[in-house]
Amino acid sequence: MVATEKFIGQPVPRKEDPDLLTGQARYIDNFSVPGMAWMSMVRPPYVHATIDSIDTAAAAAMPGVIGVFTGDDLGIGALPFVWPITEDIKVPVHYPLATDKVRFAGDAVAEALAETREQAEDAAEAVVVRATALPAVTDMREAMKDETIVHDDLGTNVVVHWIHGGGGDQSVFDSAPVIVEETYDQPRLIPNPMETRGCLAYGVPAMDEWTLVSATQIPHIVKVTLCGVVGIAESKFRVIAPDVGGGFGSKLNVYAEEATALALAKRTGRPVKWIETRAENYVATIHGRGVSHDCTLAGTEDGKILGLKFVEIADMGAYYQLLTPGIPELGGWVYMGPYAPDAYWYEFRGIVTNCTPTDAYRGAGRPEATYVLERVVDAFARRIGKDPADVRRMNFHPPFEEAVTSIMGLNVDSGNYEPLLDKALELSGYEQLRKEQQARRDRGDTKQLGIGLSTYIEMCGLAPSNILGALRYAAGGWDGATIECLPSGEVILKTGTSPTGQGHETSWSQIVADGLGVDPGAVEVLHGDTMITPLGMDTYGSRSLSVGGVAIHFAMEKVKEKARAIAAHELEVSEDDLEWADNAYRVKGAPDKARTIPDLAVSAWHAHDLPAGVEPHLNATAVYDPPNFTWPAGAHICVVEVDTETGHTDIVKYVAVDDCGTIINPMIVEGQVHGGVAQGVAEALYEEAIYDDTGNLLTSSMTQYLVPTAVEIPTMITDNSQMTPSTTNPLGVKGIGEAGTIAAPPAVVNAVIDAVSHLGVTGIGKPASPERVWRAIQDAKGGAA
Amino acid sequence: MIPAAFEYARAESVEHAIELLGTSPDAKVLAGGHSLLPLMKVRFAQPSLLVDIGRIGDLSYVREDGDVVAIGAMTRHHDVANSELLQSACPIVPDAASRIGDPQVRHMGTIGGSIAHADPASDMGTVMVALGAEFVVSGAGGVTRTVAAGDFFQGLFTPDLLPTELLTEIRVPKTTGGWSYLKFTRRAIDWAMVGVAAVQSNGGARVALTNMADRPLRAVGVEEALGGGADPAAASMRADEGAAPPSDAFGSADYRRELSKVLVRRALEEALV
Amino acid sequence: MTHVSVTVNGEPREADVEARTLLVYFVRETLGLTGTNVGCDTSTCGTCTILVDGESVKSCTMLAAQADGREITTIEGLADGDELHPLQDAFHRNHGLQCGYCTPGMILAAASFLKETPSPTEGEVREALEGNLCRCTGYQNIVKSILDAAGSMSGAKA
Repeated sequence: MVATEKFIGQPVPRKEDPDLLTGQARYIDNFSVPGMAWMSMVRPPYVHATIDSIDTAAAAAMPGVIGVFTGDDLGIGALPFVWPITEDIKVPVHYPLATDKVRFAGDAVAEALAETREQAEDAAEAVVVRATALPAVTDMREAMKDETIVHDDLGTNVVVHWIHGGGGDQSVFDSAPVIVEETYDQPRLIPNPMETRGCLAYGVPAMDEWTLVSATQIPHIVKVTLCGVVGIAESKFRVIAPDVGGGFGSKLNVYAEEATALALAKRTGRPVKWIETRAENYVATIHGRGVSHDCTLAGTEDGKILGLKFVEIADMGAYYQLLTPGIPELGGWVYMGPYAPDAYWYEFRGIVTNCTPTDAYRGAGRPEATYVLERVVDAFARRIGKDPADVRRMNFHPPFEEAVTSIMGLNVDSGNYEPLLDKALELSGYEQLRKEQQARRDRGDTKQLGIGLSTYIEMCGLAPSNILGALRYAAGGWDGATIECLPSGEVILKTGTSPTGQGHETSWSQIVADGLGVDPGAVEVLHGDTMITPLGMDTYGSRSLSVGGVAIHFAMEKVKEKARAIAAHELEVSEDDLEWADNAYRVKGAPDKARTIPDLAVSAWHAHDLPAGVEPHLNATAVYDPPNFTWPAGAHICVVEVDTETGHTDIVKYVAVDDCGTIINPMIVEGQVHGGVAQGVAEALYEEAIYDDTGNLLTSSMTQYLVPTAVEIPTMITDNSQMTPSTTNPLGVKGIGEAGTIAAPPAVVNAVIDAVSHLGVTGIGKPASPERVWRAIQDAKGGAA
Repeated sequence: MIPAAFEYARAESVEHAIELLGTSPDAKVLAGGHSLLPLMKVRFAQPSLLVDIGRIGDLSYVREDGDVVAIGAMTRHHDVANSELLQSACPIVPDAASRIGDPQVRHMGTIGGSIAHADPASDMGTVMVALGAEFVVSGAGGVTRTVAAGDFFQGLFTPDLLPTELLTEIRVPKTTGGWSYLKFTRRAIDWAMVGVAAVQSNGGARVALTNMADRPLRAVGVEEALGGGADPAAASMRADEGAAPPSDAFGSADYRRELSKVLVRRALEEALV
Repeated sequence: MTHVSVTVNGEPREADVEARTLLVYFVRETLGLTGTNVGCDTSTCGTCTILVDGESVKSCTMLAAQADGREITTIEGLADGDELHPLQDAFHRNHGLQCGYCTPGMILAAASFLKETPSPTEGEVREALEGNLCRCTGYQNIVKSILDAAGSMSGAKA
């Protein structure tokens, strides 16, 4: 069937849903193959200790146990780290199983392989690890003193210093009429996809061919990095990402368990399965954030921002995972936000600690940057006694439709920021809210109203390969798409992106449907299998649409070029006499003389009468390397009610206005905003990884780590009607996956502070827990007394 | 996360359960399982025998008995919350039951299991102490005894129960005056950081606190102040007398003390109308 | 070993299992019904929610032995042949799922709730979901889906 309507921009229900709704999904724990054995990890008895001995004998003798293995037994290479951001960065070597010393709670020392899940767990528990505990350092500032060294061979815990450096006249930071200096801490967060990690490794030993099925966002990167670690020819190694139950950056990594499951499969010839428990997920899967910033805003008394300066320390954790020190660096390009300061400075130091490695968590660097920027802008507004909306408005960069070079040195593709704020103010009923707030203050109500703003830009579409190279990242940022038009009328799209719930099958089908004039139902989207879709760089950094989606566009261009040649030949006209109209190539002036893509797919397949030089089969591959990043923007407003006696905060209204460029599927875009804002609200009010004095994680399960429920998350008002097309790509798309986690935390925290600022409160840390709010109020009262 | 191996036995009656409990020194009673199984999954608890009392049919009931409402120990939170008899005769009990855990937990968890677990963060123990409820305990040889709620909770996870005894019935007095159960949580599903049960009584009130000590804590100072004619605001300042609240990831002990004063005042304002 | 005999999605099933077998693994591994997922291990997230005798329970916090003799409904048993249950249909139309991992538990928790509260308010739906965590959707479209399904389910009865 040939479609007539346009699908881009329509809320097409998702193709992914039927299997997911009926229990037919293919999550990693649903895989079972004959002869499969179970792997269970032995985690260390202390977070920082020298290993004296690992006694595996009793465990190895237990029923069903195939073997118990230590790092010395396995003898495989170190885990990949691909972003040495400076020439002099100190890089700790990170083996999948620790042999001499353990450095964090997830640092496994051995693993048991057994016939059943239960037997593997029983055996892992029976391994006796004798270790001598060392002092553990879980606080960055303590670690910087170098009293306890995490990696003796590095000699210091301060492992990297990255300086973006300045733009503009740095003297404003000393000489401006108003100087606002603030320090903001952002605790570690635990990503918490509802599905933990897990993998299944198996192969054909006689052929030395190996497959890893893994709950990962990055099958292609896992493939190219792990083959060397485990010693498999890249050509004989296949990685499959099946249905994946959420990632949020935590599955943008290459982990010890993936490497060792493969190693055990190779060693034993058995398929090896490992499923992470939630308790393991909290210590062995990456954390996010864990940073602190000293901020300086230079401004004028009437509200002009002259300069923005940020000096950050970032907790790397005990080792680098795939990207660790690159995460703060990613944020380093958005500290000016949507404003146009005359001067800019950013630098950070990376610190190793006895904590779980940090890495990308939804937003990766950009939420950290936006939080401190939007907090300090509010502090500035309070200092000069101006409405925070007015201060933002007078500092926005003027609208631009062609790329401009920002003060931080990169080209921003397009932007129009003030209408986004106007829309958010309108949707929130801002003026009325301010009146209500004043009335409550005048009455001295127990429950006070707070209104918080956040205006942001983000840097999406990772990434132009030449820029990645200049930033010392080891890989490129391109992505691939292959289109095959089958004679049956079906169109196969092989994409290099690898979704974890974002609905790529649906959105990509819409793009192909409009481009090739077919029904979205006729498009079969294949992804997440390095054998079937070898050209890809996977899903992270809001890149899937603005890189992978654009690759689809260019693959379609190639298909249509070939189709046009065949159509002209069959219709006996020159190609110039054809136009693409109403889902077909039509002869200009004689639209009934036409060939559709499905028609031409048949012609190209039987190849009975192709024009000279045209190969059979209607297919094409494009690999797209973006010339620039994309730069979405938005304005969020949060309204809270704070109980001034208990410190408890309720969100009573939330408005999200986001400009993500051209929209393919508005329903999916809205869903991405909802989910991102919810994670941002969680970060602002609830979530925080807390360690005790001995370095153990106190928030070690979902009963203590406060992932919010439907009761805590507000109903959101969203607006995506402003679509400033990106000038980076022909689709005009920018990205939306991380907008919520970037915009929401400062909007919420600013609202909480605003609710109690009349009591003298000038700052509250994140998360703004009831106790933190209560203490801030008590401290302000004490100060006033 | 799988429990260590154990033997499993299903009790047919209270007597059978008590007999089974006598067969193994570290046997544990399995009621709804929502307190015990999570501990077993992380292997903090590794009993050798589980005695499942979930099939003893005659332990699930709510019935009137003179001035008292008798509740079978195996009555699920869900059924306690929806009991029309309790809603009219002792409404604080179903109100608190309706806010324990979440719907799934209330479908499995039982009032007796919750009380016998003696977790100071549990809502039901506090409500029982405020009400002055009594618990019927059955032991070997068909012997039963009755324990006042205020005496039953002897410390952290320490009920007044022998290894071969079973809590079989909860007896709550009918109430006619005002009442309030306030529970301060970070998330809807969380255990109370602090909870307050207040029940109007003889012109004053009986007040008890959740998670402010190693057991449900009677707020004696508050009751005394009220008896002496103090108003709720003044009386609530004595809320944390004798308290020893925990400091944990949810909040510090100091904060809990202050919170208990605010919540006691608010509970009294609700109860003493 | 403990003998467990249950009716699952209308069909009698039985097996001998270790006493420590949790109901969720009995359903997933012994019976091969992998639509029920495991999320948190601590009885918090509700991902493993199924119906036992028509009521929602967390199957990771229940022994298979405790379900002996009872009727179990899992996500695989909700649709009527090719026709989706009104809740499944509403989740599809309202984009009530993204990664889908929490979805079976959400839907079964909602099914249990709507049986008791056929015409809920938004606030009641949110409270009814307090035992089910979702990390993708921010809950908004889940709540919308359940309110939508409540409408179509009560409409169908009328």
